[in-house]
Amino acid sequence: MRSSTTLPFLVLALLLVVCFSLATSMERPAGLRAHEGSDDIMAEMLGESRRMFANHFFVKADAYFHSGFYPTIFDDQQSFQTPHMAEDAGALKGRNRGEETEFMGKPRDIIEQFSRHFLPSVHTHLDEGGPQGFKPGQDLGEEGGDVREILPWLKLSAEMDPNRIETYMVTAYWLRKRMGKVDEAEEFLREGLNANPGNPSILFELGCLYEENRKEINRPRNIWTMAVDKLDAMPKPHTEDQDFMLMQLTLHLARLEESQTNLPAALHWLERLEPVSPQPDHVRQEIEEIKKKLAQSASRHGGSRP
Amino acid sequence: MPMTVLSNSAMNERLSGGMINKVFKIFAVASVVIKEMYRRKDFYVLLILIVLITGMLGSVHFFDDGRIVRYLKEVCLLLIWIASLVIAIATMARQLPGEKENRTIFPLLAKPISRTEVLLGKYLGCWLACGIALFCFYFFFGCVSASREHQWHLINYFQAATLHWAMLAILLAFVALGSLIFAAPSSNGTISFVLAFGILLVGRHLNKIALRNDEPVRSITYGIYYAIPHLEIFDVRALIIHNWPAIAWKYYAIAIAYALVYSAFFLAITCALFRRKALN
Repeated sequence: MRSSTTLPFLVLALLLVVCFSLATSMERPAGLRAHEGSDDIMAEMLGESRRMFANHFFVKADAYFHSGFYPTIFDDQQSFQTPHMAEDAGALKGRNRGEETEFMGKPRDIIEQFSRHFLPSVHTHLDEGGPQGFKPGQDLGEEGGDVREILPWLKLSAEMDPNRIETYMVTAYWLRKRMGKVDEAEEFLREGLNANPGNPSILFELGCLYEENRKEINRPRNIWTMAVDKLDAMPKPHTEDQDFMLMQLTLHLARLEESQTNLPAALHWLERLEPVSPQPDHVRQEIEEIKKKLAQSASRHGGSRP
Repeated sequence: MPMTVLSNSAMNERLSGGMINKVFKIFAVASVVIKEMYRRKDFYVLLILIVLITGMLGSVHFFDDGRIVRYLKEVCLLLIWIASLVIAIATMARQLPGEKENRTIFPLLAKPISRTEVLLGKYLGCWLACGIALFCFYFFFGCVSASREHQWHLINYFQAATLHWAMLAILLAFVALGSLIFAAPSSNGTISFVLAFGILLVGRHLNKIALRNDEPVRSITYGIYYAIPHLEIFDVRALIIHNWPAIAWKYYAIAIAYALVYSAFFLAITCALFRRKALN
C-alpha cells in the first residue's frame, strides 16, 4: 500500500531529473556555439560582463595617462567624456567640454582643501613628461615618457572585449608613434582584425602604420580604399563615429594621392570628404584649386598636342 | 594567545614601580601582543599571498617591454592595504573578548596593573605589530618597484608607510572601542571592515553628495562628513604609483597629528567604558 503511494512521486522525480538532464545537455552545445572560436576561460566565466570590465580598464588606462589625476563619478566629467589618450590617437571624436584641469573645482571645505595635498591634483599627460618633468605643450616624441604604463590596461581591455575597436586603435597609435614599437603595433592590429574582420577603423590605423612608419604607398592606399568600401557597405544613415572615420580615411587618401601628384584621385577623395568634413568650405576651396590645376594641365597637354 | 604566556614572576617583576613603570607595564602587555602576532599564521599567509600574486603578475610581459611597472605597484599596494586592514582589525577585535573568553583577564587584573594600562598595552601591541607587518610589506613593495624602475623613492615610501600606519592607529582605536560595544569579535570585525572600506571609498565624496541633496539630508550628510575620521587622506597610493613628488612635510605633520587626535579620542572613550564595564 505504502509503495503504491510513493511510486508516483518517485516517477515524477525521475521525470524531473530526466528533463533537467536533457535541458542541460541541449544547453551545452548552444553555449559552446555562442563562444565558438574562443576557448578563453575569462569569456566563459564572465560572459557579457566582460564588456563592462573592458570599459573599466580602458578608462583606467586613460587615468594612468593622467598619472592618476582623473575624475570619479562624483566629479564633473564634462571634460573627460572622451578619453584623452583616445582623442589624441584620433580613435574617437572628441566630445569633451570645459576645462580639463578644473574638474575638481574649488575646494568646498577645509577637509577637501587639505586632502588635495595627498592626491594627484595637477593635470599632466604621460607623453609630456608626467608629474616629474611636465611642461605643458612639450612633446617627448618617440621616447614617449612613461606612456608605456597605459599598455597593460589596454591589453587587458582588448582581452576582455575583443570587439572594442578603440582599444586596438589607441594601443597601436601609442606603440608606433610614441614607443617606436611598430612590429608590436602591427601584430596587435592584426589581432584586432582577426577578431573584427574588415573593420574600417582598424584598417585605417593599419594603413597609417604602413604609410607613416614603413613609408609605403600602395599598401596604405589599398587598405584605406578597402576601409572606405567597407564603410560604404554599412547600413545608412552612418553614425557620428562612422562619419568621423570616413572623414579621416578620405582625408588621408586625398593627401596620399596629392603627394603622388595623382590629382584626379585626390579630387575624388576630396569630393567624398566634403560632406563629412567639419570644414566643408575649406575642402571646397581645395577642390576648386585641384580642378584649376587639372584644367591647366589638360590645356597644357591639349596645347602641346598637334 | 592569553596573557598567561608570561610567567607570574616575570609579570610581577615588570608590573611593579611608579610612573615610568606604568609605561613599562604597557610595553609588557604590548610585547605579548606582538609575540602573539608572530606566533599566529595570519601575517605569514598574507605576506606569502602578496609575494605570490605580485610575482605572478610581474612575470607577465606586455608588448615585450620589461620597464612597465605601475600596474604591478598598484596591485601590490592594493594587496598591502587589504592585508593590513585584515591584520589590524582581526588582531585588535579579539584582544579583549579573547581575554574574557579564556578567563585570563582576571589573573591579569589581579596583578598591579590598571584596566587602562591593559587596554593601552593591547592597543600599543597591535599598533606595533601592524607597524612590523607594514615594514615587511613596504620593504617588499620597494624591492618590486626598484627591480623595474631602478630607483628607490625612499622619502615617498617612508611617507606612504607612516601615513598608512597612522591610519591604522585610528582604525585600531575604533576597533578597540567596538570590542566593548559589540557583542562578538566577528560582529565588531565585520562592522569595522564595512566602515573602514566605506570611508576609504566614499569618505572624500560625502560633501559632494551632500550638496546634491536637499535639506535635511544635506545637513545630515555634511554632519557625517565632518564627524568621521577621514581615513582616505592617509591613502596616498596614487602618489606612489605614479611617482608624484613627496608630500610637503607641513601637511604630512598635520595628517599625523590628525591621526593622533582621532586615536586619542577613540581610546579615551574606550578606556572610560572599559573601566566601568563588568567583566563577568
